[in-house]
Amino acid sequence: MSSYYNPADLAKFGSIGEWQKNLADKFFSYYGDVFAAGALTEREKSLIALAVAHTVQCPYCIDAYTTDSLQKGATEEAMMEAVHVAAAIRSGATLVHSVMMMNKAKEVLM
Amino acid sequence: MALATKSLQSRGNTLADAQEQLAVLNSRDYAVDAFPRFADTLAKHGRFPLRTTRLDILQVNVGKMCNQTCKHCHVDAGPDRKEIMTRETMAEILRVVDLLSPATVDLTGGAPEMNPEFRWFVQELHARGTTVMVRCNLTIIVANPKYHSLPEFYRDHGVHVVSSLPFYDARNTDRQRGDGVFEDSIRALTMLNAVGYGVDGTGLLLDLVYNPVGALLPGPQKLLEADFKRELLARHGITFNALHCITNMPISRFLEFLLASGNYASYMDKLVQSFNPAAADSVMCRNTLSVGWDGALYDCDFNQMLDLHVSGSVKHISQVTNDIMDGRPIVLNQHCYGCTAGAGSSCGGQLVE
Repeated sequence: MSSYYNPADLAKFGSIGEWQKNLADKFFSYYGDVFAAGALTEREKSLIALAVAHTVQCPYCIDAYTTDSLQKGATEEAMMEAVHVAAAIRSGATLVHSVMMMNKAKEVLM
Repeated sequence: MALATKSLQSRGNTLADAQEQLAVLNSRDYAVDAFPRFADTLAKHGRFPLRTTRLDILQVNVGKMCNQTCKHCHVDAGPDRKEIMTRETMAEILRVVDLLSPATVDLTGGAPEMNPEFRWFVQELHARGTTVMVRCNLTIIVANPKYHSLPEFYRDHGVHVVSSLPFYDARNTDRQRGDGVFEDSIRALTMLNAVGYGVDGTGLLLDLVYNPVGALLPGPQKLLEADFKRELLARHGITFNALHCITNMPISRFLEFLLASGNYASYMDKLVQSFNPAAADSVMCRNTLSVGWDGALYDCDFNQMLDLHVSGSVKHISQVTNDIMDGRPIVLNQHCYGCTAGAGSSCGGQLVE
């Protein structure tokens, strides 16, 4: 194994079914349904996926959903805004925990 | 990425040669795993050989000369291209229109309006009652005063105008079609709207064509059409009828881009993986006959640019008889994956919902 991440592996995602076909089939069927147009448009779902991809920092997902967002007609500005939403939630989640820090500090301090 | 904005031919690029393009498309060197032959994929889905059904559209390429040099052009068109259809060849086409009465004659190029016989040809076609469709690049209308009257000319001959506009903003339009193209296109669209094109109730059809600006498949046509309608109206007061999403074929200057940017293998893989048998049933080559600037016959404009002539003994417009579309096997190659990917692609946009 020369590298932990290989771009060519993205195209091999489907091969996970080789070792557990039933579960993989269920997953990919579910996955396909999730991304079909519904109450949200395909583009909205792609932008959410792009933002989440940055949060979970999955290179495969960033590769896939950058392309997919562009293919769904998202502008570069919309894509960057989506990543900022992810960043805001991440930083917000960090910062809102500081209330816990403050509570604890007040508890232990004179 | 920045690419040269002259034709492959004028740059002496080897890809100007159709045989060179076919060699790339059929090479195993570029593929992660060798891409299956398109014909084999059709056979696997019980659709080989693919045959013509009837003649609905006669698509005529009246020449390769163009005022633009778009980076994705499958024709390798540009101001330096001199191949142009003569009135004699057009007369042969009129004979075939009289013989076969196609519902639509679809004029393309290059910029078809740069053919000196263009207006005469449109008048002759209109007089025969056929719907004339013109693939107008928009900027030609404002390129020179002699073209400023094109919107009125189109209106007077009931021409169905189909125009490329890859995005509703300048950045994404100009990166594909050249600096300043978006601004000129907006001016031209405003002129077309002013004579009634794309306006409800006039019956004058103005459709736009969306090609992805890069190594991407086109998005959902209805969603993009709604975006284009909303944004062009809000930003520029422009209206139009329908948006056609067309997949870029991996040939000519788009092939050059794919190779130079390192996207060729992944793009082909995307087309192959997205093969949709339902789209294959509706591909345009089944009811279209394509005529080159010199009168040679092809199954589509892409085959034309790859020098892939129709099968059978009839090879030229002057030889056409009324059985030309009777189940003729369509000439296939690897680029055909472009028309069968995802929702499919044709000069009229996506093929399936």
